[in-house]
Amino acid sequence: MAEPLLEVADLSVRFDTDDGQVHAVDRLSFALAAGEVLGIVGESGCGKSVTCMSLLGLLPETAAVSGRVEFGGVDLLGLSPRRLRQVRGRQISYVFQEPMTSLNPVFTVGRQIGEVLHRHLGLSRGAARKRTIELLELVRIPAPERRVDEYPHQLSGGMRQRVMIAMALACDPQILIADEPTTALDVTIQAGILDLMREVRERLGTAIILITHNLGVIADIADRVVVMYAGRKAEEAAVHELFAHPQHPYTIGLLGAIPRPAEERPERLQEIPGRVPSLAELPDRCAFADRCPRADAACEHVPPLHLARPEHVVACVHPGAEVHA
Amino acid sequence: MSEAAGRPALEVEGLVKHFTVGGRFTGGGATVHAVDDVSFTLGEGEMLGLVGESGSGKSTVANCIMRLVEPTAGSIRLQGRDITHLSRRELRPLRRSLHMVFQDPYSSLNPRMTVGAIVAEPLRLHRLAAGGERERRVVEMFDRVGLRPEVRHRYPHELSGGQRQRVGLARSLVLQPSVLIADEPVSALDVSVQASILNLLRDLQRDMGFSCLFITHDLATVEFLCDRVAVMYLGQIVETATWTELFRNPQHPYTQALLSAAVVPDPVAQRERKRVVLEGDIPSPAAPPSGCRFRTRCPLHELSAPASDTEQPPLREFAPGHAVACHLAAAGKPVPRIADSGGDKVATTSG
Repeated sequence: MAEPLLEVADLSVRFDTDDGQVHAVDRLSFALAAGEVLGIVGESGCGKSVTCMSLLGLLPETAAVSGRVEFGGVDLLGLSPRRLRQVRGRQISYVFQEPMTSLNPVFTVGRQIGEVLHRHLGLSRGAARKRTIELLELVRIPAPERRVDEYPHQLSGGMRQRVMIAMALACDPQILIADEPTTALDVTIQAGILDLMREVRERLGTAIILITHNLGVIADIADRVVVMYAGRKAEEAAVHELFAHPQHPYTIGLLGAIPRPAEERPERLQEIPGRVPSLAELPDRCAFADRCPRADAACEHVPPLHLARPEHVVACVHPGAEVHA
Repeated sequence: MSEAAGRPALEVEGLVKHFTVGGRFTGGGATVHAVDDVSFTLGEGEMLGLVGESGSGKSTVANCIMRLVEPTAGSIRLQGRDITHLSRRELRPLRRSLHMVFQDPYSSLNPRMTVGAIVAEPLRLHRLAAGGERERRVVEMFDRVGLRPEVRHRYPHELSGGQRQRVGLARSLVLQPSVLIADEPVSALDVSVQASILNLLRDLQRDMGFSCLFITHDLATVEFLCDRVAVMYLGQIVETATWTELFRNPQHPYTQALLSAAVVPDPVAQRERKRVVLEGDIPSPAAPPSGCRFRTRCPLHELSAPASDTEQPPLREFAPGHAVACHLAAAGKPVPRIADSGGDKVATTSG
């Protein structure tokens, strides 16, 4: 890979709670190249959202973040809140899952997008309005001249998500972080949002970090995939490689658990027994071992990430398609 | 499959549910046409999938059947008996044979009861078993849904989402109902947990033989579970068929779009597929379009106009066991594909 745009090294996030420390993210590293779509996939509580929120300092103060997040020659984790605000929304922007609650209901769409333009680019009111209409056009909102003066409640869920994306793209950022951008939407609307993100990447060259639990969405749009489990990286590879040759038993289990339209319907779906371990007592061994059909004495240590195939890393001592009984 | 069975377990005919919204202070209120003339039958021992996106009225159908909301018009027959206008008291003995599983396992269990007491509740209310006998049946039900008997002394908050949904299933099935209404029972769960609940539901249905109306927005789960599928759009059923027929040969443009928009976890197949992205959004059920309700978003609107602008297409038989509500569908004459080869690709995509 060429010089990465964003490099995350040994990122750990801990929360101090009444029940003790919760390790939401444990020594996670990944890199994002310019113009790339990186998918981060995992189930609830795996730390995927916390990871991305920590990059931009969006976590509450109870979070202890350590590690390094290299972007444009600086470590984002070391920036002052003031400097971080300049990066946030300008160079790296964020699209949240809930388009219903992440827009301010008392301001028009134009005012909300205009604020970003005014704050970061210093555009005048007139110029901001003109640019806002262009942005709404870019995200394919019909009749942008009219929509710009509407309030969020006048828009449907899909439209609101488009407005969120327009706002995120307002300053032509280098990185767009999209946290479950289609989860709250219907499938027919989801298809349109995925097409829009693809188009954004192609036309503007924006790199995208896409956080999702949906492997179908990953299959649709990601170039490279990081599979997370219990705050750690379980596996990482290019998208075609990952789906064709999944190595980690968790990834294999997830792929088998999804019902999919096929000529022959399976007799049973593959189940993953047990449940995700509590992050308060993250084991000092493989976190998946308790649910893993391959677990043995070798799994008593935290498995190191290693190359299982070319450009395909996995954190498992028994990787591969076959079950080593 | 359903034809072979004698009397259907559940018959819904011409079901209409209109809600009046607003108007209390402004004078004239608007009428939300949540469900408009929905008819279907659920055969004995059949799994029927009711599929639709948000706002399609699928949950309102379930709530009408359960009489959680009062239908505006139409009839609901449970094993031949009309239950549409029964009073709460008259309905009570019939509640034994009709049960529901809810979407959210977090809010549908009483947090102040142990899960054992939650599962025992129907037995208690219907005075079917008491004391040791009640306990025995609860333990047996726990075993059936894959929970250890000790779990019954715990409270809902101590259980994971998957375990809670198992408790929900146990509560619904402890009276051995003949009809189970499952409203998005796995949508709130993680993928790996979903699989175990879907497998469980399938096993239970085979063992206990109840009929099930399975309501979902996810075509793939329907395909795994259901014998027959009904697709809803804006309060109406637009297509019904067996799952094989529906996936191989979808007719209604909305069904075609829905199938093409579903993502499959296979990058090769997914990127080859031709997708149909529907224009616009689902119209408000307070002001549904005249004529065909799908016409505002239909990629084939030019072909069906002007008939589709004024006339509602009836749900007509297209092939044996396959009915479509589209002006472009006639017996033996299929609706044009909205994406060339898109429909075929969907059906042949495999893992």
